Amino acid sequence: MRKRVSAKTKVLGENDRVAAELRSRFAKRKTLVLNLISAPGAGKTSLLEESLERFPSELRTAVLTGDIETDNDAARIARSGTPVKQITTRGSCHLNAQMVGRGLEKLGARDIDILFIENVGNLVCPASFDLGETSKIVVLSVTEGDDKPLKYPATFVKSRLVVINKIDLLPYVEFDLARAHENAKRVHPDIDILETSCKTGDGIETWIRWVVERLKAVRS
Amino acid sequence: MHEMTIAQSLINAVRAHAKRRQGERIVAVGLRLGELSGVDAEALKFGFDSLIKGTDLDPLELQIEHAPHRHRCPTCDREFDVIDYDVSCPQCGTSQTESISGDEIEIIYLEVED
Repeated sequence: MRKRVSAKTKVLGENDRVAAELRSRFAKRKTLVLNLISAPGAGKTSLLEESLERFPSELRTAVLTGDIETDNDAARIARSGTPVKQITTRGSCHLNAQMVGRGLEKLGARDIDILFIENVGNLVCPASFDLGETSKIVVLSVTEGDDKPLKYPATFVKSRLVVINKIDLLPYVEFDLARAHENAKRVHPDIDILETSCKTGDGIETWIRWVVERLKAVRS
Repeated sequence: MHEMTIAQSLINAVRAHAKRRQGERIVAVGLRLGELSGVDAEALKFGFDSLIKGTDLDPLELQIEHAPHRHRCPTCDREFDVIDYDVSCPQCGTSQTESISGDEIEIIYLEVED
């Protein structure tokens, strides 16, 4: 006889369990953890390269950077002197909590004030995987399209901040800044929005201030 | 394309249930997929069917139920579906509402035969 039985189970329960463990570990150490998500090439690595050396020197930063293959991004970030470990996902289009746990082990036992997790370039899949982060941040470059928040709402709804990057290219592209703000606020009214250019340095100081403010909130 | 990973996690979860339900055969699994889960139902079904084919779980039907994005208003306690990304409360108009569902990827039920 065929019957229906209740069987409530979270499919990503194992990921969520590990993420919860990481989150409580981060909370105990008062580490701010920011999960950076974007389409490939939006400028996550550049944003870190441009800003890491400019954080107040007493703050200990570290980076875990995810890619399907190569450790190119880790090599770029290492030039800033910041401790960094590459997580190579070997085909997987997102990071999961277990990978972050292993990446942390590779970083070694050190006190970290701000941990940046640079996710695999992809605006869809990373949104489904909790990494135990304090906040998700979405980076959107002006060469993409001001309707990205409407096309990929899950990522924007779950992010605390959107960084609109490459604003130095605005004169050459169709991207409408006001419309991008409007679309981001439409899917997530509380989302913070910053504008940056890693080429000219515009907005980088504001980005650093935003991150430091978040750290204060974690510590209070 | 993370649907394959999710399909695999789903199958692992079904296997765990199967272990606890000796003497019964699982013929269908009911999954609740939130609007904001970031998972494409068709790609998930494709991945699921490919992974199941030829295994001891075959045939196993995946039944997907879509879950809307819902918010709750802390001011007047009203719960509502978010339509067209509008998160403001239909009763009092405040936009300061909180998400209560919409990102679930959850098994809800199994259909079993004894």
